[in-house]
Amino acid sequence: MSDVTLKIDGADVTVPEGTLVIRAAEQVGIEIPRFCDHPLLAPVGACRQCLVDIPDAGNGRGFPKPQASCTIPVAEGMVVETQNSTAVKAQHGIMEFLLVNHPLDCPVCDKGGECPLQNQAMSHGQGETRFEGTKRTFPKPINLSPNVLLDRERCIVCQRCTRFAAEIPGDPGIALIQRGAQQQIGIAEDKPFSSYFSGNVIQICPVGALTSDDYRFRARPFDLVSTPSVAEHDACGAAIRIDHRRGKVMRRLAGNDPEVNEEWISDKDRFGFRYAVRDRLTSPMIREDGELRPASWLEAVAVAAAGLAAAGSVGVLPGGRLTLEDAKAYATFARDTLRTPHIDFRSRPLSEEETEFLRSRVAGTSVTYADLDAADHVVLVGLEPEDEAGTLFLRLRKANKAGLRITTLSPYASEGSRKLGAEVVLTAPGAEKDALSQVNGVTDASVILVGERLATSQGAYSAAADLADRTGARLAWVPRRAGDRGAVEAGLLPGEGGLDADGIVRAGLDALLVAGVDPDDTADPDAFLAALDRAGFVVSLEQRVTAVTERADVVLPVATASEKAGTFVTWEGRRRPFEKVFDKPAAYSDAEVLGHITTSLVEPASAASGVETNTASSSAEGDRVGLDTPPPPSLREGAPSLGASGRASSPDDLTRSPSGSGGSTDEGGFHLATWHLMLDNGTLQSGDKALAATARPAFVRIPAALHEQLGDVVTITGDRGSWTLPALPAELAEGTIWVPTNSFGRGVWADLASPGSTVSVEGAK
Amino acid sequence: MTDTLTPVLTANWGDERAWTLPAYAEQGGYDALDVALGMAPEDVQTMVKDSGLRGRGGAGFPTGVKWGFLPPPDPENPKPRYLVVNADESEPGTCKDIPLMMASPHTLVEGVIISSYAIRAERAFIYVRGEVLHVIRRLQAAVREAYAAGHLGTNIHGSGYDLDLVVHAGAGAYICGEETALLDSLEGRRGQPRLRPPFPAVAGLYASPTVINNAESIASVPAIVKNGADWFAGMGTEKSAGVGIFSLSGHVKKPGQYEAPLGITLRKLIELAGGVREGHELKFWTPGGSSTPLFTQEHLDVTLDFEGVQAAGSMLGTRALQIFDDSVCVVRAVLRWTEFYKHESCGKCTPCREGTWWLVQVLERLEKGDGKPEDLDLLLDQCDNILGRSFCALGDGATSPITSSIQYFRDEYLAHLEQGGCPFDPATSTAWAESK
Amino acid sequence: MTLAAETYDELREIAARYPQARSGLLPMLHLVQSVEGRVTPEGIHACAEVLGLTPAEVSGVATFYTMYKRHPVGTHHVGVCTNTLCAVMGGDEIFACLREKLEVGNDETTADAPGLQSITLEHIECNAACDYAPVVMVNWEFFDNQTPESASQLVDDLREGREVVASRGARITSWREAERVLAGFEDGLVDEGPAAGPASVVGLELARERGWAAPADVHGSADVPEEPSEAVEEADTRRAESETIAEEASDD
Repeated sequence: MSDVTLKIDGADVTVPEGTLVIRAAEQVGIEIPRFCDHPLLAPVGACRQCLVDIPDAGNGRGFPKPQASCTIPVAEGMVVETQNSTAVKAQHGIMEFLLVNHPLDCPVCDKGGECPLQNQAMSHGQGETRFEGTKRTFPKPINLSPNVLLDRERCIVCQRCTRFAAEIPGDPGIALIQRGAQQQIGIAEDKPFSSYFSGNVIQICPVGALTSDDYRFRARPFDLVSTPSVAEHDACGAAIRIDHRRGKVMRRLAGNDPEVNEEWISDKDRFGFRYAVRDRLTSPMIREDGELRPASWLEAVAVAAAGLAAAGSVGVLPGGRLTLEDAKAYATFARDTLRTPHIDFRSRPLSEEETEFLRSRVAGTSVTYADLDAADHVVLVGLEPEDEAGTLFLRLRKANKAGLRITTLSPYASEGSRKLGAEVVLTAPGAEKDALSQVNGVTDASVILVGERLATSQGAYSAAADLADRTGARLAWVPRRAGDRGAVEAGLLPGEGGLDADGIVRAGLDALLVAGVDPDDTADPDAFLAALDRAGFVVSLEQRVTAVTERADVVLPVATASEKAGTFVTWEGRRRPFEKVFDKPAAYSDAEVLGHITTSLVEPASAASGVETNTASSSAEGDRVGLDTPPPPSLREGAPSLGASGRASSPDDLTRSPSGSGGSTDEGGFHLATWHLMLDNGTLQSGDKALAATARPAFVRIPAALHEQLGDVVTITGDRGSWTLPALPAELAEGTIWVPTNSFGRGVWADLASPGSTVSVEGAK
Repeated sequence: MTDTLTPVLTANWGDERAWTLPAYAEQGGYDALDVALGMAPEDVQTMVKDSGLRGRGGAGFPTGVKWGFLPPPDPENPKPRYLVVNADESEPGTCKDIPLMMASPHTLVEGVIISSYAIRAERAFIYVRGEVLHVIRRLQAAVREAYAAGHLGTNIHGSGYDLDLVVHAGAGAYICGEETALLDSLEGRRGQPRLRPPFPAVAGLYASPTVINNAESIASVPAIVKNGADWFAGMGTEKSAGVGIFSLSGHVKKPGQYEAPLGITLRKLIELAGGVREGHELKFWTPGGSSTPLFTQEHLDVTLDFEGVQAAGSMLGTRALQIFDDSVCVVRAVLRWTEFYKHESCGKCTPCREGTWWLVQVLERLEKGDGKPEDLDLLLDQCDNILGRSFCALGDGATSPITSSIQYFRDEYLAHLEQGGCPFDPATSTAWAESK
Repeated sequence: MTLAAETYDELREIAARYPQARSGLLPMLHLVQSVEGRVTPEGIHACAEVLGLTPAEVSGVATFYTMYKRHPVGTHHVGVCTNTLCAVMGGDEIFACLREKLEVGNDETTADAPGLQSITLEHIECNAACDYAPVVMVNWEFFDNQTPESASQLVDDLREGREVVASRGARITSWREAERVLAGFEDGLVDEGPAAGPASVVGLELARERGWAAPADVHGSADVPEEPSEAVEEADTRRAESETIAEEASDD
């Protein structure tokens, strides 16, 4: 595309052909007022605020009337005046019209102080209105969803919200309704706006019409302190901005990072932050006579150090919420301090095959969001981006709209797949290996994205690697948790002769060091709990009270993401450093706590002073205490490649994987397909009521014929229990049903069935 | 010299059961289709272009030229082409397409088939406003008859040409007369205008090349094909060729449809209509519906063709000649039209949505005598802020009655203020006022 | 209450008329009104389901167009044109008269009364019958040249259930049956009523009276040739004839 040179307010601007005048003006620092215009949404030309005078369209002739600069592309030799009398008259005129029916209630409006209408009325308005009539009023406000409220009289119907909903996540659950002066944003009478990304409409609303139940009337923008950060809810690394006041998060907003999340975040990233204040562990605790009691840091750290030192064998299960710095600290702690090879970050079903895959095909690699845009074909396997990786979902959807072909190997044809425009290859859990061998159209310009669920599908990771090797396609692993990829980079996988997480649970080691693990997420929750009970000594580094802390001998509270600085590593391998938001004196990162334990082990007497020092000055330096120890060997050295070491899975490991058949099983049961809905019973969502109220109703998905037969409620029975749940018909792989992983009870693995097993389905009991 | 009145489209309206296929066929109906099918599509296009036919929906764009904007078929990316007939006749004062479709729906259907053939469309739609039940019945039956007779469907008249035609009823929205709003409406959406470019000729219905023509334009095509381009071009004026239906309504003795060559004057038409109501004088009139600036007595001799009306400061529009005599208060008339625009504004753009809301309030207080003289300047400035700033022509149209009425009747506005109310008695303007 | 299976079938039938199903939405909503008496949430859901839209999208469409009603409509819908020309010609007076008579406001329905049909009264915008002003529409059928008296009689007849015939149209059925026609299902009444009303042919009759015609009288001949080639010849002949006539006329 060639460049075009035009003149805006007398300044020459050279921009690519096709650029809109309003964008070209931005490049020379000329701000044309606007409301409906948004650079990430298709132009609509509705509000008319950005009218400019174009005395020469580039052909020597001018436009007789002002033109909307948000819809008109540049032309060679074009002359644009954004501030001459014609343009100013037009802009003033539009602003006056906009304010005719606006309540001008800025003093009581949440948007006051950060409102584009307020600001531009000051900069591009007349100051006084000539309107003396009756303003349009509406009863206020209405709920578009349990979390998004609409004050209709403030709305200038710019359609940013409805366009966002339709264009970006593909959830057109809000629409323009009525007509003319009564036109407003609305929903169907009995159908609230449902989108995992609904909060973005609040952020892009250029007036105070859209507010969240969460934040409404809670703060004034000018009283807030803003700190940029990175979302901790998934492995996407969305940039966020945390607005806080007196040590309390008031709201979270999307940051603008064109390379990652552009200007969008999921509702979980936006509204899920109360976990950090609910059920928090406030002080270290130690178990005495069977009961936990509060203890000083000095005492607790000493007890932890002593217990770990005394144990003959220690397993370390650091979980998936860690920053890269914390992960490295665990690696160092296990290797150098505990000298144990039994370490594994995975806190969900896993496999030996996966261990090798992560070492050889994930650590140190990089595939970026931009690579997806450039790809000719993206193949998703064992991954449901809409639920498991919101930012990735939006980026893929955008790329698909620009022409990207997407294929997904999935157990059922989900709404998320439809929104991605993906070709769905119905694949029963366990049959991914075979399905991967049959995918067409994969080239060296393609990308294969695999999800962590493939750990329960024998041969699937290897088949994905084979496909990549065979075609030259690039391969990336998309885990669910923010710390997972960093943990891989830090080498939080079993060392030489070490046990993986499942092995640690089974082995009956003397002591366990457990961090962000929810036993119910693991492959065998009861076994995990039993292992905690059986272990002679359990140290828990946790943020909140959990099943692990309840069984631990020493509980050491650790900082949440906003209480420490650190780095998340995205699924891409991208480092996403973030600063500390809250400087809380007694909030230690995992790395700091491990540092204290190490210190206590090395020189028990001086442990106290070390702790006190760090407590007193929890500076940026202090945060890095855990990293003061020598860095671990390079990842490459520490992680022998699959080919080089030739570590094959043992037959014993393989028995954990299901058969690869896509048909119904021998026993006549159904394959159990499952993944986590984005909004479910997850720990980091607890306490956010308005967010939870927007969660999609959880349903079991069963084949249509079966639904016809059994009706809307079914009883599912697996090897661990039985559930009676609402069911919907869906297009599923043969012999497969789908159940959300963590939307009912304690979750699938605790209450229903073991990974890879089959279940029976009957009419409701 | 062509006759004063030249019934072409209206010629068979008085016939017994004129709406039926047999009656239409008896008058030579569907003969033009055979003529067209015997020609190359391009030649039919050329013929229509040469006839000088200009859009009868108001804008007056040459129909054949519009057809020529369709991009040539792309063998790499073949897209269907569509013909859409704009029969959403809703412009206040306009009442020509409705009687045409009621009396002789086959004229339109035949025009659709010929025009579709000319532009190589495989599907056509007649978008008719929903509020005209009997017209819709007649169109539905005509299409059914045409299919049964082999005028529609596959291999029409053995030519190998296929065409499907759907009669589509709207649901009450003036804005759908705007061609891109009509397309959105036909796609099952809110009838709000689209950004242009892309123009419908390139990306119209379902983003495919589409021609949208007014019903009267398309209905004119059979006669042109049958009688030749020169025949049509020989009527009317040099730049405004052919005949058109002039719809007289209001305070004339014989309101109704008068089909005449373009270029006739209102003086002549009123004379044909038996004059203005007894005992009254012409006060103001619309040359082409309420969106065209008002004319007065002084414009009686303006030639009613595109150029003549434009030169006199208005637009030919749809030749909807609403005649108001001296019993009518212009402020009341303008307020009512403005309420109409407010009611029909689609809401998409600010100046039209908020501007019409505000205009109504200012006009209301003026009519009640509660306003101020400065309100007239306020109105004009509001109009200036709407005209050319709104997304489509609806906003522009809303300003026409206001600016033109202030231009010609400023004193009458002021009289409302002086008298503290409207100086007219609305009872004197009714159809039955004289007989009482 | 969800809609009956037959209604779903008809909704799908409407959608199938178009290259893209969504184009059927307007006629589908007309069908919903004919079945439900208004656009109900159930009807919105049915359309959304058939077309793969969200109910919000369908609501957006249903609330944009004035013919779609969210409140139950009476047996008959009476629309009085009060756009400028009809208003001036007496539409305002007619509307005021009916409002008083029926004791309802704009877009309201008469209270149920035993033995009486209900009526929804609405003032409507220009209905393209200005040459018959003032105009009243009953179930979107034309009632031309109305007066307060005639309109009053009209609604009396409608309420009492007496047969009423449109000026240019068919005998009145009901609003719901009319909506069904708008959905594209014919009701067999097409041949009722005239081709045109008096005002529609006033120019035509004047032209006939005075011997005026377009240069070629394209509709004059009764014996139409069957073959297209003959048609062309015939047309040419007629043009030649009319040119002769025109020349003669210009001699006058």
